[in-house]
Amino acid sequence: MSGVVVTPGLRAGFGRRAGRQAIEWIPAAVVFCLGIAVWEGAIWAFHIKQFLLPKPSDIVSSLWSDGGTLWPAGWTTFKEALGGFAGGSAAGIVVATAIGRFRALGGVLMPLAIAANAVPIIAFAPIFNAWFDPLAPGSKMAIAGVLCFFPVLVNTLRGLQSVSPRQIELMRSYAAGELTIWRRVRVPTALPYVFTSLKVASVLAMIGAIVGEYFGGSFNALGVLIRSDAQILDFQTAWAGILVASLLGLALYAAVVVAERLTIRWAPASRDP
Amino acid sequence: MSESGRPVVQIEGVTKVFAQGNVTALQDIDLELQPGEFVSLIGPSGCGKSTLLRVIGDLVQPTAGTVTVNGKSAGQARADRDYGIVFQDSVLFDWRTVAKNIALPLELLGWDRERRRRRIDEMLALVELTGFADHHPWQLSGGMQQRVSIARALAFEPALLLMDEPFGALDEMTRERLNLELLAIWRQLGSTIVFVTHSISEAVFLSTRVVVMSPRPGRIAGVVDIDLPAERTVETHEDPRFFELVTEVRELLRRRGEHLLPEEEQALTDAARAGAGGAGE
Repeated sequence: MSGVVVTPGLRAGFGRRAGRQAIEWIPAAVVFCLGIAVWEGAIWAFHIKQFLLPKPSDIVSSLWSDGGTLWPAGWTTFKEALGGFAGGSAAGIVVATAIGRFRALGGVLMPLAIAANAVPIIAFAPIFNAWFDPLAPGSKMAIAGVLCFFPVLVNTLRGLQSVSPRQIELMRSYAAGELTIWRRVRVPTALPYVFTSLKVASVLAMIGAIVGEYFGGSFNALGVLIRSDAQILDFQTAWAGILVASLLGLALYAAVVVAERLTIRWAPASRDP
Repeated sequence: MSESGRPVVQIEGVTKVFAQGNVTALQDIDLELQPGEFVSLIGPSGCGKSTLLRVIGDLVQPTAGTVTVNGKSAGQARADRDYGIVFQDSVLFDWRTVAKNIALPLELLGWDRERRRRRIDEMLALVELTGFADHHPWQLSGGMQQRVSIARALAFEPALLLMDEPFGALDEMTRERLNLELLAIWRQLGSTIVFVTHSISEAVFLSTRVVVMSPRPGRIAGVVDIDLPAERTVETHEDPRFFELVTEVRELLRRRGEHLLPEEEQALTDAARAGAGGAGE
């Protein structure tokens, strides 16, 4: 039965694959460490003032000394980003599906969507704070959600439409109905596009939440914290806040990547990190 | 396998005008296919051969005329899953393994898992891909992908196999091997095949009948009965009768008295080369 394998390497064992991935990460890790070392060294060599650019080691130590306020604030912001990400992405997928199903709808909605997308949504942050309670997470979720909505809409729609006419003809020759074609062909074809846009959205969600907080929010939030620390020239803590935001953003991104790998097991190994 | 005497496909007065651009793709086509026939449709681009294939398969609706398949309308035949289709591009689904690609029509037909598994094994053996069940399409060569596509089309034993330039994108050597494999499968299963091709020698080599079509509007220019021995081998290419038939098809293609399109030139050169190649071996 088995025994004949034509493709070398593609089906390597999990251990070997993990090992190879680790090796691929080494150059990036080396460059990262070098960058940190140059940063640290430059501050020492050129006597750069602490408030202009704090030392990486000081920023990291702030994660502990100010951890009592930073991490709870980070959690608040993360929840807002997550809420906006979930809501905005879900709306994007739903609208894309509707447009994909009813083409006439696309003719009406897409020009509007494109025009709306050209609006710098960040500029709406103060207005969203007025519309919703600025102290409640809803106002930040709204900004994060609107930011996530467009990339997910456009990419999902593109994925749904990238089914080849031959694939549809084949399914029709089997007398497959519209629903079957969606389930068996359109959705699987669109999935890689959806995940690509979710990765973009995961980053945008964090940006949306923090920028929303810059314009006011509960004190227990990263954006508010970073802004007020910067105002009192406590840049070390502000930087630590940015670091926390980055780490949480990275976590959300990583969660999407994991979900992608679990969902799309069939794809060739070539995928962007 | 089908009831004898009654044609598998009966095409009467089929005309197809594409509203977009007002192009007459097919005009007054009459054609009958008997059970177990291997009929090739050949002609230059724009002669409507692919459109005719799709009209038979109920993927394109004719403007006028009727298509009857096994005594039913083409639409009913499609609903009854009477068609197996193979395109030039294998149209395999990347997210499915080879086995699951072959299983797709069986799943739609509601076959249970055990029955599907047995049929997949049979089909893999038929197209000589045993051992590749768990591979994904992108792990296979173009020729292997096309064999999976053929296995999928035959898996549910359709009354009619429609092939739209199935080997057009393959290299000459793979193409010759797959031609022989297809003939072996056809003899084993006794299916009826409609085969669209650009290649005169391929059409003559494979078919029991070659339908020559001409463009603008798409019409049947002539039908050539291929009276070569039923058993076709590599040596068939060197048979003097083979050359005569190739010439006959070529003459029909040429007789239209119109200027040849580049694709037609290519088809003619291919045929000439096939003759020269046979002599040079």
